Amino acid sequence: MLKNRSIISIADLSDEDINEIFTEADKMLENLNSGQKMNDMESRILATLFYEPSTRTRLSFESAMQRLGGSVISMADSKTSSTSKGETLADTVRIVESYSDIIVIRHPLEGAALLASKFSSKPVINAGDGSGEHPTQTLIDLYTIRKESGSIDGKTITIIGDLKYGRTVHSLLSALARYRVNVNLVSPESLALPKHVYNEIKGRLKVNVSTDLEPFLAQTDILYVTRIQKERFTDKNEYARLIGSYKITGREADMLPSGAIIMHPLPRVDEISPEVDNREPAKYFRQAYYGVPVRMALISMIAGE
Amino acid sequence: MDKTLKISKIKDGTVIDHIDAGKALKVLNILGIDESNSISIGIRVMSGKIGYKDVIKIENKFLEKIELDKIALIANRATISIIKNYEIIEKFSLDMPETFKGIVKCDNQNCITNAGEPVRSEFSTVETNPLTIKCIYCKKEMSGDEILRNI
Ligand SMILES: Nc1ncnc2c1ncn2[C@@H]1O[C@H](COP(=O)(O)OP(=O)(O)O)[C@@H](O)[C@H]1O
Ligand SMILES: [Mg+2]
Ligand SMILES: [Zn+2]
Repeated sequence: MLKNRSIISIADLSDEDINEIFTEADKMLENLNSGQKMNDMESRILATLFYEPSTRTRLSFESAMQRLGGSVISMADSKTSSTSKGETLADTVRIVESYSDIIVIRHPLEGAALLASKFSSKPVINAGDGSGEHPTQTLIDLYTIRKESGSIDGKTITIIGDLKYGRTVHSLLSALARYRVNVNLVSPESLALPKHVYNEIKGRLKVNVSTDLEPFLAQTDILYVTRIQKERFTDKNEYARLIGSYKITGREADMLPSGAIIMHPLPRVDEISPEVDNREPAKYFRQAYYGVPVRMALISMIAGE
Repeated sequence: MDKTLKISKIKDGTVIDHIDAGKALKVLNILGIDESNSISIGIRVMSGKIGYKDVIKIENKFLEKIELDKIALIANRATISIIKNYEIIEKFSLDMPETFKGIVKCDNQNCITNAGEPVRSEFSTVETNPLTIKCIYCKKEMSGDEILRNI
């Protein structure tokens, strides 16, 4: 039962919760595809508090709420609103909870969503807290694997890119630890997985760590590519060198076994070359599309009747 | 005769014994001490139990829960003896609390608890030996010096 619960971390969800969300998302997907009009959230308000720029995540939450017949209120760019006047997040949340039925928050600091949930009597969904978690992205990732690969159990997932700061990766890994999967982690040493995340998953997952992607490709069912953020590098040459060696092109796509899929939480910059987009394994736009039905499921289960 | 008892007895107060060798000053630092407290400290004295150890004896001082929790963070093998009228009336070892609230600052500068919000820091104990604690907000794990410099 998700009713009235905050979703701060993927760890807040039981295996059963996750299965229920997926079953509900299947229904939502069907409704979306058939053009069925929905009113689950009629007269309900979802508030989005985005303290960090985001296009996709916010739009997909807003789209999900409106597809369900609800409405959305949003904080203006945080640079022009209350934060710049020095208001604490705690105060902002105490006010916004009285204007809405469910709050979605993205914040640059780790733990912000948990803090928000402690000051709100309305459920809070974490849409990313610093380098912390991004649980709805994780649900979408799992849902995509399940939809596009048939199942999660038994699969080999190779994750490449920024494993250090990439919050989607941290959430995804702790979620994958619930399944029987093999995981290959590929990153430059400077962007390796933080120890606390590694400690959490080791022993629960079969994990290989490497700086080299190619040897894993033939054994990969799901290639999960993440963005390497330019902002993280003081040395722009180092960035250029890295991005060169981690790019997925048609060549890499061809080395995957048949039936394999390529995912990316988007936005991508240079990590996947456009020539891959029309190939069979490219599922990252599907993945983005699934963001709406999965978030619809979550919103209606949390804030619905 | 106890060979570690090189100093005069105290009438009323607290003995913090079996502190990991070299940690006594750090322990003393986090205790609220004033003029009424005369203190003797033994640093790196021999002990049968843990090899070398530190000992602190504080006259007219009785520890509060928060002070005991802080000591547990620094030297979790310490034993506490409460002295009344030259006699030990109570003796106990430290419990490792399951959570630490408002005692340690999170070492992660990007943690919401370091951003001027109206919350106390909060950590859960992940491991006792070596002591590892985890911020419930940002999930950062801290141990050793990271803990010491944030108490
Ligand atoms: N009146 C006192 N004044 C100062 N220190 C004392 C007094 N009584 C006991 N102690 C000290 O308190 C600690 C605990 O005492 P005790 O239980 O006798 O020793 P142990 O824990 O080594 O078996 C020891 O370090 C001892 O020296
Ligand atoms: Mg002794
Ligand atoms: Zn923290």
